[in-house]
Amino acid sequence: MTGDGPGMDFSPWALAASAAALFAVDPSSLGVALRAAPGPVRDSWLQSLRAMLPASAPVLRMPLNISDERLLGGIDLSASLNAGRLIASRGLLAEADGGVLVVAMAERLGALPNAVISASVDFGEVALEREGLAGRSPARFGVVALDEGAGDDEGAPASLMDRLAFHIDLSSIPPREAQNAAFSAREIAAARARLNTVTVASDMIDGFCATAMALGVQSLRAPLLAIKAARAAAALAGHNTVNDDDAALAVRLVLSPRATQTPVADSAPEEQPEPPQEPPEPPQEPPPQEEAESKKPEDEDISGPLEDLLIAAAIASIPRGLLEKLAINESRPLAASAGKAGALRKVARRGRPSGVRSGEPRGGARLNIVETLRAAAPWQTIRRHARAEQKTLPEQGARLEIRRDDFRVTRYKERSETLSIFVVDASGSLALNRLAEAKGAVELLLAEAYVRRDQVALIAFRGKNAELLLPPTRSLTRAKRSLASLPGGGGTPLAAALDAAGALADAARRKGQTPTIIMLTDGRANIARDGSAGRGKAGEDAIASARLIRAAGFAGLLIDTSPQATPQAGAIASAMGACYLALPYADAAALSRAARAVL
Amino acid sequence: MTTRPVFPFAAIAAQEEMKLAILIAAVDPSVGGVLIFGDRGTGKSTAIRALAALLPLMTVVKGSRYNLEPPADGSVETEQMRVPVVDLPLGATEDRVTGALDLERALTRGEKAFEPGLLARAHRGFLYIDEVNLLEDHIVDLLLDVAASGENVVEREGLSIRHPARFVLIGSGNPEEGELRPQLLDRFGLSVEVKTPSDIATRVEVVKRRDAFERDPAAFVAAWRGEEEIVRNRIVSARKRLADIKVPDPALEQAARLCIALGSDGLRGELTLMRTARALAALDGDSSVDDQHLRRCAPSALRHRLRRNPLDEAGSTVRVERAIAEVFGA
Repeated sequence: MTGDGPGMDFSPWALAASAAALFAVDPSSLGVALRAAPGPVRDSWLQSLRAMLPASAPVLRMPLNISDERLLGGIDLSASLNAGRLIASRGLLAEADGGVLVVAMAERLGALPNAVISASVDFGEVALEREGLAGRSPARFGVVALDEGAGDDEGAPASLMDRLAFHIDLSSIPPREAQNAAFSAREIAAARARLNTVTVASDMIDGFCATAMALGVQSLRAPLLAIKAARAAAALAGHNTVNDDDAALAVRLVLSPRATQTPVADSAPEEQPEPPQEPPEPPQEPPPQEEAESKKPEDEDISGPLEDLLIAAAIASIPRGLLEKLAINESRPLAASAGKAGALRKVARRGRPSGVRSGEPRGGARLNIVETLRAAAPWQTIRRHARAEQKTLPEQGARLEIRRDDFRVTRYKERSETLSIFVVDASGSLALNRLAEAKGAVELLLAEAYVRRDQVALIAFRGKNAELLLPPTRSLTRAKRSLASLPGGGGTPLAAALDAAGALADAARRKGQTPTIIMLTDGRANIARDGSAGRGKAGEDAIASARLIRAAGFAGLLIDTSPQATPQAGAIASAMGACYLALPYADAAALSRAARAVL
Repeated sequence: MTTRPVFPFAAIAAQEEMKLAILIAAVDPSVGGVLIFGDRGTGKSTAIRALAALLPLMTVVKGSRYNLEPPADGSVETEQMRVPVVDLPLGATEDRVTGALDLERALTRGEKAFEPGLLARAHRGFLYIDEVNLLEDHIVDLLLDVAASGENVVEREGLSIRHPARFVLIGSGNPEEGELRPQLLDRFGLSVEVKTPSDIATRVEVVKRRDAFERDPAAFVAAWRGEEEIVRNRIVSARKRLADIKVPDPALEQAARLCIALGSDGLRGELTLMRTARALAALDGDSSVDDQHLRRCAPSALRHRLRRNPLDEAGSTVRVERAIAEVFGA
């Protein structure tokens, strides 16, 4: 980009426009994730992209709720029946071949379309195995993922982002800055023609890899995409070889937005010339905040002015605040996925329709009549013949022969059911003072669960073991009854209770439910897991069992039922990653608030 | 099938564990499938797609749509074909997996004719599921059923078809996209974790090879033909030797000790470990299984069979390694 190119101007819009131009040069290798609210800026970006693409290239928009059939292709049934032969309809991915696929609302993209798009990006073709059709069609297209996500948590799927070269954020650009395309379609076409002849020097590739490492970019797709972007930049600028400006632009556009750490290149040691023949140290993964000195001499080949230049370009273009955000993300616990709302699952009987599958309308599944008729239609000739041959059945009446195989049922997505597992301490220590109050608290929580149509289960522990008093049920009456008849007295086998709760929660999760463990105890364990008495061992076992629950990621609530809040109960709560609530302070309102927060 | 050149297996840099697991499955299909889980962009799909080009040809009954093995007496005509590596694309419908009546012929001529599905195509070869954790449950159930029985049965429109369907299931996926059902996990003989290489020299090599391939696939494939041939010969000779590899009693005892130390469920782990070690010895050109074979393949054969013990903060790989050190000595 010498002088006349857009590479010299690094305002956000200029960078976004450069990305559009490079993408237009090599759409199927590069790809764009465009974060912006719908509006004039995004529109002008898309318009300028359209203007740079060849007029013949399709630019297709993929709506969020596209059906599998429309995406991948399928049978055009009416055409097939009319023509009397099989007529396939092409899917959107195959139609986009040679052009651009605009993925709308990519932050909500489903797993299946995401996987299919990703596979097409990788292999340039789409495989179809649906309803009597099998085959592969070329699907080499560029992807523009429109990401309208609001917060940091929302965004296009990571696996798709990994494959898209440019991650652009348009949200900070005022509309007046968004101008027209920097290049004409003719210039882009010329660059396309040149693209295959552009070469990249080997040390340039080293430089991209080293820069990616310095920025903490793990995926190996990133340096590869940077190389391709640099090639497109060189082709656009009319260079035969990728030069430093092209490379710097590629780093700015491809690597910087992926940075997970600040390169330590802006410090003075960067300027020291490295002895070129220094033997390479065995390169280890550099921890993020490593000293500059130890980072540089990793490999003699790759240190040098080029890498410095690329890293400098990268630093200049790392969005402020990005790294802080990443730090926050990393500190998040792994098992945070156990939400209060039921996890999404597909095998539901109500909720949002999501596709159709063959199967019988049993167990509450609903027959999809249109799809069933569609499935039956092609076989009518055969079936009529068969019936005529058999002559066992009267021919009257049945205009349309529908068999069991044709049945199609609608699948639904819904939030899965929640199971609240109550684990009640009925030991002597508790029975003495507060078993009745604990029972009252459970009743309150049961009412809460009942309102939400959740299932409840009840585990009580006393003496030497824990007992499942009430297997998961929706019956509030049964729950109340078994609670009322709960006797008190004996030791506190807390570890056994936690294990039992964990096992039940695990079983529930396998059934597709989302379990929550609600524990009522004073935390004074005195029976160890093996049934032996003794506070020390019992306490250790209880903490260990509580950790298991946390590691499994089950949400929980621990209500401390001792007269004064005790450290033991608090320790158990934090070991199991549960909310802690001391009963002395808990009136009905506080209890139900806490339950709502967790359930 | 596809005419586009595929990235040569031999040119895949690093990822030794993944490559070894695939080779082991190619030598002895009875190890029962390979599961590859790990980071994005580590060449999971690339390795599987490379497999088809790597394997030696197999002999089938001429014109067989089910890749049938010819009888030994030579009574039928035979032909050579590539070992199938069949892709099960996401969004595949059940009828295409099991096979169904040929829709075209039903429409045009009103005939009943069975159109074999992916399971028939994969017989004696490999069935590859990318993003296996995203596969629909009912398809997974179907696959498990066929994989267990080695036979596919289809009943439609009064037609009843059964054909052999024995294949090596290869699944790949990214753990971030979702966990695998335990039943499916257990179906796989070997489980491999892939990670993006972290040393710069390997990373540069990966990127350079990939870039060279994408620039000129044909030339790149040609340049690697020799290496590819070496790997192929290794597989061929390992297959020949496999039956003669001895498994001495001490090795069996060590395997049992390792499984006990890990508390892995059932005998399946032990069995897989033995078979894997034997295939590995065959690949190495050794005549009997010894400790180092067991050590090398134990992580792949056992890490997905551990009872979950989240008390242990370490991942399952670390636990297997710890047990190896315990049993074999450091």
